[in-house]
Amino acid sequence: MKSDKITELYFSDVDHPVTYDRRKFLKKLGSGIIIIFSLGELSLLQGCGPVDEEDAVDFNAFLRVKEDGRVDCYTGKIEMGQGVITSLAQVLAEELEVPINMVDMIMGDTDLCPYDAGTWGSLTTRFTDPPLRAAAAEAREILIDLAAKELGVSDKNLEASQGVVFVKDDKSKSVTYAALTKGKKIVQSLSKKPPIKKSKDFDIVGKPVISIDAEDKVTGTAQYSGDIVLPGMVHAKIVRPPAYGSKKLQVDSSGLSAFEGAEIVEEGDLVAVVHPDPEIANKAAQKVKIEWEEPEAKADNETIFQYFVDNITESEVFEEGGSLDAGKEASEIMVEVEYHDGYKAHASVETHTATCFFEGDKLTMWASSQTPFGTREELAKTFDMPLEKVHMKQIFLGGGFGGKIYNRQAVEAAKIAKLSGKPVQLAWSRREEFMYDMFRPAAVVKNVAGVDAEGKLKLWEFDIYCAGTRGTKLFYDIPNNRTRIFNKDGIHPFGTGAWRAPGNNTTTFARESHIDAVAHAAGIDALEFRLNNMKDENMAATLKLAAETFEWDREKEEGHGYGIALGADAGTSVAMIAEVHVDKNTGKVQPIKVVCAQDMGQVVNPHGATVQTEGGITMGLGYALYEEIEFNWGQVKTRNFDGYEFARFSSTPEIECVFIDKMDSDPQGGGEPAIVCIGGAIANAVFDACGARVNRMPVTPERILSALQQG
Amino acid sequence: MKESISFKLNGQQVSVDVTGDESLLTVIRTYLDQTGTKYGCGMGHCGACTVIIDKEPVRACMLYAEDVAGKEILTIEGLATEGALHPVQKAFVEHDALQCGFCTPGMIMNAYGLLIRNPEPTREEIIEGMEDNLCRCGSYNRIVEAIQTAGKEMKGGM
Repeated sequence: MKSDKITELYFSDVDHPVTYDRRKFLKKLGSGIIIIFSLGELSLLQGCGPVDEEDAVDFNAFLRVKEDGRVDCYTGKIEMGQGVITSLAQVLAEELEVPINMVDMIMGDTDLCPYDAGTWGSLTTRFTDPPLRAAAAEAREILIDLAAKELGVSDKNLEASQGVVFVKDDKSKSVTYAALTKGKKIVQSLSKKPPIKKSKDFDIVGKPVISIDAEDKVTGTAQYSGDIVLPGMVHAKIVRPPAYGSKKLQVDSSGLSAFEGAEIVEEGDLVAVVHPDPEIANKAAQKVKIEWEEPEAKADNETIFQYFVDNITESEVFEEGGSLDAGKEASEIMVEVEYHDGYKAHASVETHTATCFFEGDKLTMWASSQTPFGTREELAKTFDMPLEKVHMKQIFLGGGFGGKIYNRQAVEAAKIAKLSGKPVQLAWSRREEFMYDMFRPAAVVKNVAGVDAEGKLKLWEFDIYCAGTRGTKLFYDIPNNRTRIFNKDGIHPFGTGAWRAPGNNTTTFARESHIDAVAHAAGIDALEFRLNNMKDENMAATLKLAAETFEWDREKEEGHGYGIALGADAGTSVAMIAEVHVDKNTGKVQPIKVVCAQDMGQVVNPHGATVQTEGGITMGLGYALYEEIEFNWGQVKTRNFDGYEFARFSSTPEIECVFIDKMDSDPQGGGEPAIVCIGGAIANAVFDACGARVNRMPVTPERILSALQQG
Repeated sequence: MKESISFKLNGQQVSVDVTGDESLLTVIRTYLDQTGTKYGCGMGHCGACTVIIDKEPVRACMLYAEDVAGKEILTIEGLATEGALHPVQKAFVEHDALQCGFCTPGMIMNAYGLLIRNPEPTREEIIEGMEDNLCRCGSYNRIVEAIQTAGKEMKGGM
């Protein structure tokens, strides 16, 4: 899939899974019981028909019960800390009736795993879980059928547990999965609707399971792309321009002669130095002098908002209802505010990295990529190679958050490998990461709202510049409303892209700040106002759960404030309440407590969901309070973590996560939703604590002090 | 000109040829193939490269190779003994005090260094001692709990 298509999907809330390519696959497989299934059909329990081994079939994940009784699960998804390596193994083990430690997850390897569009959009649990369960249940049924023949009893008298099929009333008669699978090759696609367990029968799903990759990660043995060492490998250092989007004019590489063994490679604007020793590659690259032509500067981090408003004139209506004029007439109080949000970096602790080699006409690559198949396609296109000649290998990612959907580093590394004729490792420096990251775009939201004498919202105008519409469908009951999206290609000074629930962070901050401002103007409590104007019942229930958990009515300590924000993302409803302390003299904000209630349908791994939610909240505190890229057009002035503060140990509050109990409904997204609420919750809590209404994120001490001065 | 320097790495005497101004991180990761220690920022801001030298946690990216001659260095690879996880590692697993795992080796080594100095730190002391190690996935609260658990189990024994 093209990256612009991914971006489009990412910025909208994905209601339907994406369609997948066809591939011939089964010939490669060894023996065992193999169930293939398509993630492309959410209603896939209807199945995808019989399979002819010689034919290409639609499927994109499969599991295989091997002759030793172990189970391989092959999926194109990747693990970047979000925990699906554990939660997918968990649902598989549940339905197949095997211990979770018998499951091996083979992820993101383009030669071994079927096609997958990428790991993003909190899609994995929503769209991979149901078919995986069904496939595991089908494998279990096949094993029971085989056992019936083996044991000479009816399958109705058989039961599977812990990788063994036994006779219900005589447990001494049993046969293991390993014995049943020996010497067989059975390939089946999901052809019927196998019985799936109900939540009351779950042994593994719904129970906390510690990450199955944790031990590798605490011992340093988990491998990331920069940990791959190849024979004869060189390290590459690219000579970068001072500003994004610069064109190369002239190269002076005479300084290289001082570095024995350093080689320069050049193709278009890409100039790199390679050497077996990364220290020498770095030093030598600094001696290569390039004259660049920089793009004309049009805006900086302060002027960018007005630049958007002045230059983006075309819009599309995303949602509308009633009449804005009628809304204005019905409104007793109107509040109009323009909200701003600066550019944010993904700032994964692992920078974009790739290690690769060419062997004959084949390219093998370990890249920190959220889209191994997309990266494969990009590489194949770059070198005009057939897809199957590019092999992306399974590797852990040191964080992704959307930033590793884009894999410029993989293309750069492969180009350098091709030009130098050597295996190459390219690990971006932190400074490169702060220039070539695909930032979360800066954005503007113009918001007008009106409320009548009874405290009912009557008017809602929501104009979004550059943040997308994801999560903006109104869950408040507002009869007269219009949401418009303003966008323009090439409006940003550098690359922008998906960032953990992308623009929903920005638009939720704007909407929830605005709802609070209107409630305040109407003199109504922020919780009561939201409940009185709520259309969505799930959201109302989620908010009530959050308020009960937080104890909204409890007394506030001096200098403390409480703030609510609601958000919808990836099928999940989120209600968040934050407590902060604000020092009125310095403007310093100390987060004290955050309660997050979520309706995410069935919670597959409550422990994993809690960890994801805590992580989202903690990460989100960064964009709410500290993070902002400083730049003058393509010159990114933020270069390292000392200029890009994000949440630390001391800024992390007590976090309490609660979930609406819906164990018999479909699971929804968990990796992203919680993060969208933190900006609004913090901004509203800051206002509650000290009366400073800050309409621009991050909510910095300077902005708080300035808002206080303006009263 | 390269010269040979020797130091102890995870209990083993090692020698490497260096010019002297390489970062210790390169020496460990590239020259000695111990890749558990990570590069995060190269400027000492994030702590992903934290190792223990003579019982003190240090940032491997900020030290020159020549500064470590004769010293005793402990990295994440040297923490588990005979296949058994060190109590700090065990506590990180039990508390699931990690997500992507990239900052984890540095977190664990810094926590180990903290527990040498202060075997049973309070929550506040842990936060202060760990403050400059960054985790983008946001596992801070769990890391604090893991360190408390490890401290209790170790009771000063490293």
